[in-house]
Amino acid sequence: MPWINACATDDIDEEDVIRFDHGDTSYALYHSPDGDFFCTAGFCTHEKVHLADGLVMDYLIECPKHNGQFDYRTGEARRAPVCVNLRTFPVKVEAGRVMVDLP
Amino acid sequence: MSRSNRDYALLGRDAKLAEEIGLVSAQWYHTEIPRSEMKALMKRSDGPAIRDTIILFGVMLAAVSGGIALWPSWWSLPFWAVYGVMYASAMDSRWHECGHGSAFKTRWMNDALYQVACFCMLRNPVTWRWSHTRHHTDTIVVGHDPEIIAMRPADVARLLINVFGVYELIGNGRTTLQLIAGYMPETVKTFVPESERSKAFLIARIWAVIYLSVAALAIWMGSILPFMVIGLPIFYGSWHMVMTGVMQHLGLAENVLDHRLNSRTVYINPVSRFIYWNMNYHVEHHMFPMVPYHALPKLHEVVKHDMPPAHGSIFSAYAEIIPALRKQFQNPDWFVKRSLPGTAKPYRPEFHGDLEPGQPTPGIGGYPLATAAE
Repeated sequence: MPWINACATDDIDEEDVIRFDHGDTSYALYHSPDGDFFCTAGFCTHEKVHLADGLVMDYLIECPKHNGQFDYRTGEARRAPVCVNLRTFPVKVEAGRVMVDLP
Repeated sequence: MSRSNRDYALLGRDAKLAEEIGLVSAQWYHTEIPRSEMKALMKRSDGPAIRDTIILFGVMLAAVSGGIALWPSWWSLPFWAVYGVMYASAMDSRWHECGHGSAFKTRWMNDALYQVACFCMLRNPVTWRWSHTRHHTDTIVVGHDPEIIAMRPADVARLLINVFGVYELIGNGRTTLQLIAGYMPETVKTFVPESERSKAFLIARIWAVIYLSVAALAIWMGSILPFMVIGLPIFYGSWHMVMTGVMQHLGLAENVLDHRLNSRTVYINPVSRFIYWNMNYHVEHHMFPMVPYHALPKLHEVVKHDMPPAHGSIFSAYAEIIPALRKQFQNPDWFVKRSLPGTAKPYRPEFHGDLEPGQPTPGIGGYPLATAAE
């Protein structure tokens, strides 16, 4: 699949997340405290709550409903009630744009 | 006098009906708040909770020391009264906030206070974490919320007896014994995933050792004093938890997807706010559960234009609750529909039907009409 031009790098504050919808699917795009960008599935694996409304703390994204936490770099579930890992997608930055490799 | 026309059982008839009409794991109304403001409100901090925890344990230590020193004189009574409320009511709110993981910024601090609070309340840290998760997913949805404390019509005797923590202790004591034996009821399994269940059994067994040690000490001393420190405070200190807990949802709507309709914010005195850790801002807490307790007064200011007016006092809340419970004896479909200020966005009946007091939940055709008891 071609890389998808998702947004400008300055569309996401450092240590923050935004929602990105593509086709019928929703994703979450992250800007880490050290300036890197990441992409995961948009909804929590516990219940259908969008992670873009949650809080980014270092490399963790916290679900805004139940405090489930994931490492958004790897998708690893880090705190109950989430038990299932989050899907992640490759990201690169080109000319100030965040590009995502989506299926 | 009416019987309930509802089936509150977690695997019961109304659990299926609620699912069929889209009330389960649904999208809920929330007030729009700019992202930057929301991030500031959700920001974690250790300072307020460390301060409050030092005060809490300081008060408990002073009170229990006075109680033990003056035991068995009646002069020890005020000391036990203070200790009991801290043990069995303040620890309820610590259980709650630390369960949400938002009280402290540092995770081990949240987890440590959570374990202590669970022990005091005799609430298994695994099963209660998951039941509360469900309470936030399906708040006051009949057949799905395991934390509805008064079903319609209310069992008033039960509510009054529980001022002394009786059902709290009996219910949690029974669950603890079941878990010690390695048994988890099917209803509990509906909200506790399999991967978490072994932890519930382990913690119950650790508590069994602690309680047996307390019992051995009591026998050796020939006194109930050890149980005055551990266990019995649930009887003599739960009243504040019950008083504040009743205000959260009682008399308000069931089966809605808007916390403004089913939760109640009440202004209360500073001492009760310390004990209750600001959960009197209950609509705000449910709408934005990841905002820490210490930021709830600020959140309240941000969203109050979109909320029903807060009750001005505990007395005001009960002046609404008690008549509502009485009316529900005549008609279990009756509830208090909170009015919204002109600045608020209206309720959205498309979320949950145009629910009106005295009328059955729209779409739940399976609810028979309230029937008069003979």
